[in-house]
Amino acid sequence: MNAIEVRDVRKTYRRFHRRRQFATLKSALLSGKGLGDLRPDETFDALRGVSFDVPAGSTFGIIGRNGSGKSSMLKLVAGIGRATSGVVTVHGRVSALIELGAGFHPEISGRDNVFINGMMLGLTRREMSARFDEIVAFAELEDFIDAPVKTYSSGMYMRLGFAVAIHVDPDVLLVDEVLAVGDEAFTHKCLDKFAEFKRRGRTVLLVTHSLDMVTRFCDQALWLDGGLVKMLGDPRRVIDAYLLDVAGAEGRALAEASGTGSGRGAGTTASASVDEPVDMSKVLEGRWGSKEIEIVAVEFLDRDRQPAHLFRSGDAVEIRLRVRAHQPVTDLVFGVGIFNADGVCCYGTNTDLEGATLTEMRGEGEARFTISRLDLIDGTYKVDVAVHRKNGAPYDYHRLRHTLRVVSSSKDTGVFRPPHEWSFSGGITIAGLEPPRERDTTATRP
Amino acid sequence: MVQSLRHVVRYRGLVASLVARELKARYRGSVLGFFWSFVNPLLLLLVYTFVFTVVLPGAHPDELQPFALFMFCGILPWTWFSSSLLESSTVLITSGNLIRKVLFPAEVLPIVTVLAGAVHFCLGLPILAAFLFYYGVPVAPTDLLWFPVIVLIQLVLTLGLALLLSALTVHFRDVRDLLSNLLTLWFFGTPIIYAASQVPPRVRFILNLNPMTHVVVSYQEVLFTTGTFSQWPSLLLVGAVSMVVFLVGFVVFDRLRDTLAEEV
Repeated sequence: MNAIEVRDVRKTYRRFHRRRQFATLKSALLSGKGLGDLRPDETFDALRGVSFDVPAGSTFGIIGRNGSGKSSMLKLVAGIGRATSGVVTVHGRVSALIELGAGFHPEISGRDNVFINGMMLGLTRREMSARFDEIVAFAELEDFIDAPVKTYSSGMYMRLGFAVAIHVDPDVLLVDEVLAVGDEAFTHKCLDKFAEFKRRGRTVLLVTHSLDMVTRFCDQALWLDGGLVKMLGDPRRVIDAYLLDVAGAEGRALAEASGTGSGRGAGTTASASVDEPVDMSKVLEGRWGSKEIEIVAVEFLDRDRQPAHLFRSGDAVEIRLRVRAHQPVTDLVFGVGIFNADGVCCYGTNTDLEGATLTEMRGEGEARFTISRLDLIDGTYKVDVAVHRKNGAPYDYHRLRHTLRVVSSSKDTGVFRPPHEWSFSGGITIAGLEPPRERDTTATRP
Repeated sequence: MVQSLRHVVRYRGLVASLVARELKARYRGSVLGFFWSFVNPLLLLLVYTFVFTVVLPGAHPDELQPFALFMFCGILPWTWFSSSLLESSTVLITSGNLIRKVLFPAEVLPIVTVLAGAVHFCLGLPILAAFLFYYGVPVAPTDLLWFPVIVLIQLVLTLGLALLLSALTVHFRDVRDLLSNLLTLWFFGTPIIYAASQVPPRVRFILNLNPMTHVVVSYQEVLFTTGTFSQWPSLLLVGAVSMVVFLVGFVVFDRLRDTLAEEV
C-alpha cells in the first residue's frame, strides 16, 4: 500500500512581472486557470513529468540542487497548490514541516497559538488539549507559554513551531529542511522524535540538502534534476551518483576558472624581490619569479593520464609541469605543495629536501610529480608549484594558482586519510563498516 | 463545491478559535481592552449627536427624532458591513504566509473576518438597547423576532461579498483601492443618515436596487420606527439575493483557490 502516489506530475509557474495570469476580471471568473494562453517564455516548468510512489511506513528522501523542483514537489504533496497536470494522491492525514510557526499571531499567548496552530494542521480542540502539556514540555517553554509570542526569541519560536507540528501525529509527515532546530540537545530531541515517528510506521517525505539525513533515515531516495527524476532507489547509491554529478560540475567550473595556466600571465612579477626568499606565510595567491626558468603549463592527470580536476580519494594523481629555461641554469629546485580550503599545508616537498645533488637545466623539459594514492579527505585543494634556487629565490612560483577537487562519500575529517581498517575481537560486534577504499574508481573524469 | 462547503464545516472549530484570537489580539495592550467594543460605538454615537444636534440642527424631519438614535440603527450594521469587506479584501494577502506554507482552507480567513465583525456588532447592541430604553422608544416584541432574521441575511450577504472580494484582490490588487471609494459611495447610497422616505421618487428605484437599503431600513423599522414591521417582503427578497451572492462568491473563491498560493 502506498501512502503517496505521484503520477506524471507537471507544474508550470508563471514567470513573475511579465504578464498577469488573468488579464481581465472576466478571464479570472470564467477560465479558472489562465496558464494555457501564456507564451512558453512566460512560463517556467518546475516539474516536468515526475512519478514515484512512497510505500506506507517508509521514509523517502528527495535530493537535488537548488531549483530542481524539490520544494514544489513537496508543496504539491502537501496540497498547497495543484499540479498543472498529473495526479498526486495522498492517503491519510498530512502535516507539513515547511515553515515552523507559520500562522503564529505575535500578540497572543503561546498557549492560544499552540491551539490555533494545531487546529490549522487539522486537529480538533479536544485533541489539542490532550497533547498540550506534551507539546509545551517538548518545546521547553513551560515558563513562557502564557506570554505573547512576540516576546519569544527566534529559538523559542522555532521550538514551539516544531513541537506543534511534530505532535500533530499525522499519517504522512512532509519535511522541508527543518528536521531539527535549536541547540545541540534540542536537535537530538527532534531527531529522536523523528526516529520514533518512523518506528511507529508513519510515512515521511523529506526534502533536504543534508545528505547525511537521507542516508541516516531514508529507505529510498529520489534525485530530482531540472524537474525530472534523475535517479530513484537506494539512498547510498543515489547520493553517490548525485555527489559525483555535483563534483563533476564543480570540476568543469574549476577547469574553466584555472585555465591550466599556459602562457597566461607570464612575465607578471609580484612586488616581492626577485632574489630574496619569499615568506610563504604572508603571500596569498599569485605568481612571481625572475623567469630564468618559466613554468609554462601545469596539468593534473588521472591514472589514465587524462587531464582532470576531480579525483576520488585514493586515486593516483600526476602533476605535470612543462618548463622552459631561457638560459642554462645549474641551481634549481622543483617544489610542490598541497593546501586545503583552510590554507593548511597538507603536504609539501621539493627536490632539494629529498636530497637532489646535481641540478642542471637548459631548453625545455617536463617535470612530473606522481602521487600513487591521493589519500585526502573530501574537499577542494589548492596546489603550489615552483621552480626556484636552493636558497629559495624563485624562478617561477605559482602560489595557490591551481585547484583540484577530491570527492569522497565518506564523511571522515582531518587533513589526510591514512589507509586503515577497523577490526574487533572479544564481545564487540560492529557490522556494516565499509573499507575506506573508494568503491568505484572508474568514473573519475569530470 | 459541496465538498468545499463541507470542508468549511469541518473547520468550524478553527474558525471559532480564530475569531476569538482576532478579538483577543485586537485589544491586547490597550487599557480598556474589551470595553472598546462598547466604547467605540458610543463615541461614534456622540460624534453624530454633536453633528446633527449642534452643528446641523433641524436638518431632518420630526418623525426621525431623536435623530442620533435613528442614525445609530443604521451605522452599527453598516460598520460591520463595510469594515468586514475592507478587511477581507486584504486578509489573504496579509496572511500570505499561511496560504503558501500551510495546508489550510483559505476561505476560513474572510469568514473569520466577517464573523469577528459580527461579534463587534453584537457587542454594540447593548449600547443601542440602552439608548432605545433611555429615549423611551417603544419596540414591538413581535418586531424583535425579525431582528435575528435581518442579522442572518446581512451575514450571508457580507460573507458572499467577502469571499468574492478576498479572492479577486489577490489577482487584482486594484480592488482594494476601488473598494474603499465604492464603500463611501455605497454609504451615502444607503438610507443611514437620511430616511428612505426623504429620497425623491426618481432616485428611489436606484436606492431599492441596493440590498443594503432593505437591510438597513429593516433595522430602522424594527428598532426605531413605531408601527409594525412592513418591510418583510423586500427583506426576504434580499435574503434570497444574499443566498445567490453567497453562492457566487463561494464558487469564484473555489475556482481561484488553486492560484491563491502562487499569487499572494
